[in-house]
Amino acid sequence: MAARIHGGAGAGAATALSTFNPKKLVAPSRTNLPAITRSKRYIVASGSDASNKSLRVRHSQKLIANAAVAVCLLSLILHELLLFEALQEGLEEEMDRDPHVCVMGEDVGHYGGSYKVTKGLADKFGDLRVLDTPICENAFTGMGIGAAMTGLRPVIEGMNMGFLLLAFNQISNNCGMLHYTSGGQFTIPVVIRGPGGVGRQLGAEHSQRLESYFQSIPGIQMVACSTPYNAKGLMKAAIRSENPVILFEHVLLYNLKEKIPDEEYICNLEEAEMVRPGEHITILTYSRMRYHVMQAAKTLVNKGYDPEVIDIRSLKPFDLYTIGNSVKKTHRVLIVEECMRTGGIGASLTAAINENFHDYLDAPVMCLSSQDVPTPYAGTLEEWTVVQPAQIVTAVEQLCQ
Amino acid sequence: MALSRLSLRSNRFLKPTPTLLRHVSTDTTPITIETAVPFESHLCDAPSRSVTTSSSEILTFFRDMARMRRMEIAADSLYKSKLIRGFCHLYDGQEALAVGMEAAITRKDAIITSYRDHCTFLGRGGELVDAFSELMGRKRGCSNGKGGSMHFYKKDACFYGGHGIVGAQIPLGCGLAFAQKYNKEEFVTFTLYGDGAANQGQLFEALNIAALWDLPAILVCENNHYGMGTATWRSAKSPAYFKRGDYVPGLKVDGMDALAVKQACKFAKEHALKNGPIILEMDTYRYHGHSMSDPGSTYRTRDEVSGVRQVRDPIERVRKLLLTHDIATEKELKDMEKEVRKEVDDAVAQAKESPVPEPSELFTNMYVKDCGVESFGADRKELKVTLP
Repeated sequence: MAARIHGGAGAGAATALSTFNPKKLVAPSRTNLPAITRSKRYIVASGSDASNKSLRVRHSQKLIANAAVAVCLLSLILHELLLFEALQEGLEEEMDRDPHVCVMGEDVGHYGGSYKVTKGLADKFGDLRVLDTPICENAFTGMGIGAAMTGLRPVIEGMNMGFLLLAFNQISNNCGMLHYTSGGQFTIPVVIRGPGGVGRQLGAEHSQRLESYFQSIPGIQMVACSTPYNAKGLMKAAIRSENPVILFEHVLLYNLKEKIPDEEYICNLEEAEMVRPGEHITILTYSRMRYHVMQAAKTLVNKGYDPEVIDIRSLKPFDLYTIGNSVKKTHRVLIVEECMRTGGIGASLTAAINENFHDYLDAPVMCLSSQDVPTPYAGTLEEWTVVQPAQIVTAVEQLCQ
Repeated sequence: MALSRLSLRSNRFLKPTPTLLRHVSTDTTPITIETAVPFESHLCDAPSRSVTTSSSEILTFFRDMARMRRMEIAADSLYKSKLIRGFCHLYDGQEALAVGMEAAITRKDAIITSYRDHCTFLGRGGELVDAFSELMGRKRGCSNGKGGSMHFYKKDACFYGGHGIVGAQIPLGCGLAFAQKYNKEEFVTFTLYGDGAANQGQLFEALNIAALWDLPAILVCENNHYGMGTATWRSAKSPAYFKRGDYVPGLKVDGMDALAVKQACKFAKEHALKNGPIILEMDTYRYHGHSMSDPGSTYRTRDEVSGVRQVRDPIERVRKLLLTHDIATEKELKDMEKEVRKEVDDAVAQAKESPVPEPSELFTNMYVKDCGVESFGADRKELKVTLP
């Protein structure tokens, strides 16, 4: 079946789908922005553009005639669900499709998953495919990787991303490196997923952001989902990928509601999503901060600014193609992230942008990240560790002077 | 003349010609030999001490062990002449384990071990040239020169390496066993680790899961009595490693006796396929230090090492066996050793000639080419390498 790869915009932010704009379904990310002149370009990353050396997707050849019309018609068949249900749908579809896919983690089976992502799967697929592990992250992550060496495709769930620190050795040394050190003999098609990020007063140890620790591991890919649409798409893409992928979810985003297409689709693992095209400033963000940024964007629009918001989605490698095009247009960059200030994703992204697009910048790259403190329990203090919309507005005003 | 004596016992041999004198005997009539040391068991019945083998098998043992021993000695001298760099962990003294295990299993059963993997690789069918090339960092190596001494792998023979971090291969091994159970294959996984790794938490975590899910995992503790520089009595409260599985049955085996190892592995395979995991503790010894940077004499006396070499050496044992059972003469065995030595020297010479990897190899095998991509660096601006 021709699963179409939807790049970029998808169905837009989860806040409202009231303005169903067919043009928004067109993926502008591989072409110049804005997409108005190219509105007849179809959803899939085009393979016909020979000079375009960027990611060519396998299914790009299966362009459907009158795709623009077809997209509107087919994608009008939507159904509404919550983000954790979208993840579950993606997982279930992949487990149906490929008998090698299995899930392992704590309480994923009979309990249904601590965030209900694997609810109902144990009843459907049995105990051998949806495995309840004892509490030993190091061992079951290692087991997943060992199983992957033989060709199985385990999806390893960390109940909270912070617990995966216990499995860091397995993730870094075995997961990331085995393909390289074996000279290509073994592939490790695992997906390591779990919720992370600052929640509602969960305490320091349960509010960790591990993107910064994992980003230097060579050989893995990291993606962060933010809407039900891209959650399902990224989950499916990650399972189908032959490379180890770490899928970062966020504790507070599990109950987001959105309408997603009925028909099958997967998202590009290495592509960023254009949330809101604009002219004045590029705001790069991912995961939960996307919503803080969009909230700030409303205020900014009222004040007369036109921010371009990009959800980078792919944390490793960065989609510098999309980001670069945006920087070349707006000449100002603000990075808003939930990661720690020191050595975080924002720090790496700042370095990458400065290295590659220095000539296009009118102002230094600004990066708003969480404070370098363990997340406190008190609600007010916790609010101040992460970036708030008011700070984003101030930062934009400062940059756009 | 030994062969003519043998023909009195069985007339399956051809008339000995000068060239045939050098060939491994093809006699497969079963011989039964008693192991010298009895098995000690925990929560299971020990296997019988009578091992069924054949002259050809024992001769194969001798040849393979001689080859492994020579390879390790050659690696020693290559390391000292700085052709092998980094860490080099040698297996001489422990060869009986590798050959005994191979004799009991098939190439579809999986083996995973730690960094002391040169001989296990050879036992799985690896070529000497590939081994030496990998040690010297050449393209011809089994991991294209990118792995080194601690990362030998052979996928088609189900040899999963080759791991540098102590104990990290144990959960991987249980994962392999899980995959075998998932795919409903009638094969087992041998997960080898040392007495040092036996104190790792992940061993007990993995053992718990393996026992809970009835995985066909056999955990083999290669107890060479020293965890790098620390003797077992100084690092383990309970050095009876085969009993440490608690609810998992265990067997203690004389790891310097290839036939005992074979018997134990055969027993373990049958057990694992029916009843789940089992621990085998192989009582063995390494003559070299922990690695080439370790002289091996600061924590043990030279007398101890030479004592073991005189009394328990695995190759000498097999040699005695061959001589007492009149399977081969002294001269034939010496000739075999000479052949093996030549084999190894040829392989070393060939490996020395082999080229180093291209600079573009730096970026290959980072990611699997999924959807027809060209691989860029993280910044995607510069085309680093076009993958095949």
